[in-house]
Amino acid sequence: LSATPEMPKEDDRPKWDNKFQYILSCIGFAVGLGNVWRFPYLCQIHGGGAFLIPYFIALLFEGIPLLHLELALGQCLRKGSIGAWNTISPYLGGIGVGSWMVSVLVSLYYNTVLTWVMWYFINSFQEPLPWSVCPLNENRTGFNEECYESTAVNYFWYRKTLNITPDITESGTLQWWLILCLATCWAIVYLCTIRGIETTGKAIYVTAIFPYLVLTVFLIQGLTLPGATDGLAYLFTPNLHTLKNPRVWLDAATQIFFSLSLAFGGLIAFSSYNPPKNDCEKDAVTVAIVNSMTSLYASISVFSVLGFKATTAYWDCLDRNIISIINEFDLPEESIMRQNYTSWISFLNSSYPERIAGLKLKTCDLQEFLDQSVSGTGLAFIVFTQAIILMPGSQAWAILFFIMLFSLGLSSMFGNIEGVFTPLLELRIIPKSAPKELLSGIICLISFVIAVCFTLGSGSYWIDIFDRYAGSLPLLVIAFFEVIGVVYIYKIKRFSKDVKWMTGRKLNLYWQITWRFISPLLLLVVFMAFVTLQIQKPPSYTAWNPKYEGFPMKEEKVYPPWVQAICVLLAALPCVCVPLVALFHLAKQKRRSKDPEVFTCQGANS
Amino acid sequence: YAWDANEEYLFKAMVAFAMRRYSSKSTTQISNVLLCNMTDRVSFWFVVTDSSKNVTTVPGSEVEAAIRMNRNRINSAFLLSDKTLQFLKITSTLSPPVEPSTPVWLIVFGVVLCLIVAGIVFLVVSGIQKHKKKNKESTERENLEEKVEVTLENGIPCEALDLKAGHINGVFAADDERFTSL
Repeated sequence: LSATPEMPKEDDRPKWDNKFQYILSCIGFAVGLGNVWRFPYLCQIHGGGAFLIPYFIALLFEGIPLLHLELALGQCLRKGSIGAWNTISPYLGGIGVGSWMVSVLVSLYYNTVLTWVMWYFINSFQEPLPWSVCPLNENRTGFNEECYESTAVNYFWYRKTLNITPDITESGTLQWWLILCLATCWAIVYLCTIRGIETTGKAIYVTAIFPYLVLTVFLIQGLTLPGATDGLAYLFTPNLHTLKNPRVWLDAATQIFFSLSLAFGGLIAFSSYNPPKNDCEKDAVTVAIVNSMTSLYASISVFSVLGFKATTAYWDCLDRNIISIINEFDLPEESIMRQNYTSWISFLNSSYPERIAGLKLKTCDLQEFLDQSVSGTGLAFIVFTQAIILMPGSQAWAILFFIMLFSLGLSSMFGNIEGVFTPLLELRIIPKSAPKELLSGIICLISFVIAVCFTLGSGSYWIDIFDRYAGSLPLLVIAFFEVIGVVYIYKIKRFSKDVKWMTGRKLNLYWQITWRFISPLLLLVVFMAFVTLQIQKPPSYTAWNPKYEGFPMKEEKVYPPWVQAICVLLAALPCVCVPLVALFHLAKQKRRSKDPEVFTCQGANS
Repeated sequence: YAWDANEEYLFKAMVAFAMRRYSSKSTTQISNVLLCNMTDRVSFWFVVTDSSKNVTTVPGSEVEAAIRMNRNRINSAFLLSDKTLQFLKITSTLSPPVEPSTPVWLIVFGVVLCLIVAGIVFLVVSGIQKHKKKNKESTERENLEEKVEVTLENGIPCEALDLKAGHINGVFAADDERFTSL
């Protein structure tokens, strides 16, 4: 019954069960949907293997230093983002508030993307897959017109899932099936984050490891499919000339930045639950490298499947031409095969050019099919689903694919929710006697109610807006202020001492140089380039309009002014928190005239 | 299989069968079906003559209707399908996709939702139980500490004691070390 004076102050702060759980959570947060559907696309359009050069340079000078900074910060200060920045200096508290706001905005729309994944998942149990056949029209003489003119896969995505409106100003109605799936998704998120890291730590074992298993299975299956090698060769053939385009470097820098989920506050929250003497340097390097390797691994799987799809489309094109030629010239069956198609066509073209021209044959070019690059939801829900229909045993593949996407997104959601949950817990929004389950329940319920707006007909247009404006620009600003705040306001000498106390090693030259000069400079350049590119042309979007003349091409439209105002608001709101909070504290200090106490890492823990 | 005279014979038989079923008169014979312009592609023209009406041909619309009615029988006789055995000018009606009475996705959705709700209820209930146990333990510990305070008080209220400035009572410290561990 002795009261020992050495009892640690944060006895009731939750802890990770083991180091592996922590690393897995960070990896799960960093590895998300973007690794599967954005990185392969960027590789493809920016010269294949050559893209890896700017990618790894950005990783070395921007990704790893910023990651190390955030993990070290959270581990040292042992608080969520708002509390951590308030502790460093009350003038920098705005950084924490900005991070928190971005986490809130991203959580709202990210879970709606998971809703779509869930909808596809529960539809994958049907035979045949619902996106493989077109429904018939009313009098059963032909197929539904919208479906017939585009493809069955497009129809299922735009009509049956989203029920999309032709314009962002037309809100349409709420889609009840999406609301059901949204409720389920938020219930799953609540189930996993109900007690903070105690429950996410258990769930992460499944959600972080499962995608790797599925990617491996897809890789094995993909490599056995015909045409896979064409896809892979196309992806990785380096075209070094693209490196002259500054756009490539910008895309590499932004991809590495957003892929590592920096500046969300989630990483700070995760590392704040660590024991203080933990090697955060090694953790940062591990997480960054695993994230990049996962991107590469996923792109191999994705591209072998896409190569198969392109090859199948090419063969279909050839077969259609062959049938029309055989019908026209009454040649015996199987006289023209795919292999001798080119020789036959040149022979026929020279002997009967008018008849060949009359057939209106479509030129079949494998390169053209491989060139059709899509990223984002288009890749997962249109292109990949089409490829899955062509595989034998398509239901199993569809189920596996969508569970994998769901796990990837869910583990990222854990990080987002943790970035929202931990600061609120520390701000004591609810009384201490109330259980944690209540706070997480309130967060999930409020988010669900707001996210119902995304299930409207125009919901996917709004999600694009959130993705482009709330989840991109503010992060660059916040990360810039993070680095400046730690290096120049908290002073890098103090921080070096703290990191040395935590890891047991002195900060080597690489960290000093990148933290002091290279990373802030790089962030500034990326930010300028980003803004310049955005304001060069008025922001536009592509709409799915069945009444458009060029249907099934999407119609390019410009955002109306009130929507543009919302875009600016979304991008500016988290950024503006930083100076606002600083000014607020300046005003408070003038009245109180008391110096804020100096804080060190060791001081908090001894 | 190769297309030879026997297959032609089967084809004539199937067309005659179709005509018989359609018009319900048993006068059409295999000899009434004539094939011509056979090509290597395996495509040909055929007509059906009517022997009862002075060797005139049956109008094309009747033949079309007869074939349409018995399309799947003709297809299965040749182990072909609508796509591989084409009658020009006879389009096939499309069969509607199979729709089960309850959409499959609702069933799967119900299963998933039930599992999740069960999980949430379990976690919330276990959390409440743990909370109650912790409350009970902390009240027990408080009661025990009060008793200790009473024993150590010795007539001096605890708040008046400045623990930092006070001296550690050597007797009690020594006593602590002499206690055997359980």
